[in-house]
Amino acid sequence: MNFQQLLQLRPDLAFIAHWVAPRSHVLDLGCGDGVMLDYLQSDKDCSGYGIEIDDDQIPKCVARGVSVIQQDVESGLAILSDQSFDTVLCLSALQMMKNVEGILRDIARVGSEAIVSFPNFAYWPHRVALLRGRMPVSKTLPYEWYDTPNLRCATIKDFEALANQVGLEVVECVALTEGVPVNFLPNWRGSLAVFRLRKNSAERPA
Amino acid sequence: MLLKIYWNLMSALGIVSPQSMFFSAPLPLQSGAEMRDYTLMYETYGELNAARSNAVLVCHALNASHHVAGLYDANDPKSAGWWDNMVGPGKPLDTDRFFVIGVNNLGSCFGSTGPMHNNPATGKPYGADFPVVTVEDWVDAQARLADVLGITQFAAVMGGSLGGMQALAWSMRYPARLRHCVVIASTAKLSAQNIAFNDVARQAILTDPEYHGGDFYAHGVVPRSGLRVARMVGHITYLSDDDMAEKFGRELRNGKYQFGFGVDFEIESYLRYQGDKFSEYFDANTYLLITKALDYFDPAREFSGDLSKALANTQAQFLLASFTTDWRFSPARSKEIVEALVKNRRRVAYAEIDAPHGHDAFLLDDPRYMNFVRAYYDRIWQELNQEVAA
Repeated sequence: MNFQQLLQLRPDLAFIAHWVAPRSHVLDLGCGDGVMLDYLQSDKDCSGYGIEIDDDQIPKCVARGVSVIQQDVESGLAILSDQSFDTVLCLSALQMMKNVEGILRDIARVGSEAIVSFPNFAYWPHRVALLRGRMPVSKTLPYEWYDTPNLRCATIKDFEALANQVGLEVVECVALTEGVPVNFLPNWRGSLAVFRLRKNSAERPA
Repeated sequence: MLLKIYWNLMSALGIVSPQSMFFSAPLPLQSGAEMRDYTLMYETYGELNAARSNAVLVCHALNASHHVAGLYDANDPKSAGWWDNMVGPGKPLDTDRFFVIGVNNLGSCFGSTGPMHNNPATGKPYGADFPVVTVEDWVDAQARLADVLGITQFAAVMGGSLGGMQALAWSMRYPARLRHCVVIASTAKLSAQNIAFNDVARQAILTDPEYHGGDFYAHGVVPRSGLRVARMVGHITYLSDDDMAEKFGRELRNGKYQFGFGVDFEIESYLRYQGDKFSEYFDANTYLLITKALDYFDPAREFSGDLSKALANTQAQFLLASFTTDWRFSPARSKEIVEALVKNRRRVAYAEIDAPHGHDAFLLDDPRYMNFVRAYYDRIWQELNQEVAA
C-alpha cells in the first residue's frame, strides 16, 4: 500500500503516518483491518503487531500480511515486554475502552512514543447538538446514544491532563477534520483529536 | 443417495490412496536409541509445482494418521480423512494450489513402522520394546521423507494439538525448511494436569491383564478394557464442560435410574461407545508411545524454560489459533508461544476463536476459524506467485 492509497482510504491515518519514523517497531492497539500497519510496513519499512478483538477484522489483517494478535486490549498487554516498541498507536479506539487510564499506563510501559487519537467531543457541531438538548451524532460520532460503542467522551483539554498523570508528555497535539489539521480554535473546529506523546523525561531510561 | 452426493461434494478430492516409503538408513532418536530401518506411510494431494515451493506438510495428532483428506471408499463418508473439512479443492488449505502431504508417524498403528511390526533384531513384534519416540524424532523422520520427495523447503508445516507441536518443532529444528508454521490448539509443553490425564490413560493400559507387558500380540489378545478407559479419559479432555452439558446434560438412557453399575446416563453410554470403538482399531503400545511423546515435548527445557530463547533461531512466519473453551490446550498456552515469538519479533497471526466445542473445535467447521486459516493460505499463495513472477 502506498501513501496515495492510504490517503484515499483514511485521510486521518495518512496524516498520522507522517509522525511514525521509518523502520520503527510499531504496536497498533485496535488495529482494525490492519490498513495502517500495512502502509507502514510497505512504505516506511516498519515492523510490528496489531492487537484487535473483532473476529471479522482478523482475516482482513492476515490478507494484508499484517501480524495481528486477537486479544481484548482491555485485558492488558502482559504478553508485551517493557519498552519493546518505538511507537504505540491507539487510533480511534481509546474512546471504546473501559479502563482508559490502565491502557495509557500500558502504552507508556511498552512504547517509547505513542500516538493516540479519539473523536473530539468539543467539536463545534457536537456543542451545537448539546445546546439543542440532544446527544451529538456526527461523522466521527456516528452512533445514537443508546447503541454507541464509545464509552468515553473526552475533549482535547481533558485528555492532556490524563496523559500527564500516567507519565506521558504531550509532544504535539493536532485536531483534524476530514484528515486535515485545524489550527484556528482546534478544540472547537477539530473533529478528531490526535496526540503525539512520549514518556515523561523523568521516567525515560537515561 | 443425497447423503452420497453431499459427501462427494464435501470431499471433493474423491478417492485417495496411501503410499509407503522404506528407509534403510538408521534414524538416531533423542533417547539415544535408533530405528534400524523403518517404513513411513503417507498420502499426497494436489501437484508439486515446478519450483517445488508449494508443499505443505500436515502433521497428525494422537489418534489420526496420514489420511488427512479425501475418501478411501466413495460410498462411505466415514472413510473421509480426519481434516477433510480443512484440506481439499477450494478448502482453506486448497489442494488446487498446494501439494499437501500427510505422514503417519513412527510408532503409530496405521501402517508406518510401529510396535506391532517385527523388530528386525528379534524377528518378533517390537511390543513394549519399540523405542520411545519424541516429537523431534517424528520431525526428523518427516524431514527424510521430504528429502526423498525433493522438497527442500515447505510453504508451510501445519498441525493441530500434537500435530501443532510437530509444526513448532519443525520451526526450531529445521528453521530454513519451512516458510510458515501453522500451530492450532497446541502448546509448547504439557501442564502437570495434562501429564496426569495421560498417565491415568497409560495406567489403564499397563494394568490391563491382557497387556502382557506389551507382548499381547503373541497371546492373540488386545488390552481392550485398558484402551477403553484410556480413550474415555482422553475424550473427556477433548470436550468442554458446556459442550458436554448441552449434548448430554443429565439425560438418562432409559428414563429412570437403574440402581446398578450399568449405563444410567447418556454421557456414560457415549463415552463407553467411544471407548469400545477406539479399542477395536487402536494399538495399546501406540497409545503409550504417543502419550509419552506428548509429555516429553518441551523445547524450552534446554533453555532453562525460556521459550523465547528456544524460538530464537526460527525463520518462519507463524499462524496460531486457539479456542476459548479448550481446557486441554487453552488459549493461555498458545499465548505463551505468541509472547515468545513477539519477543523474537517473528511475524505472527493469532486468533482466539470463541467456539463452544473445547479442544475438538480444531477439527470442526467454525467459520471464523476457517476464514482465518483460509486468509493465511491465500496470503502464502500470493507470496508464491509473486516469486514465480519475479
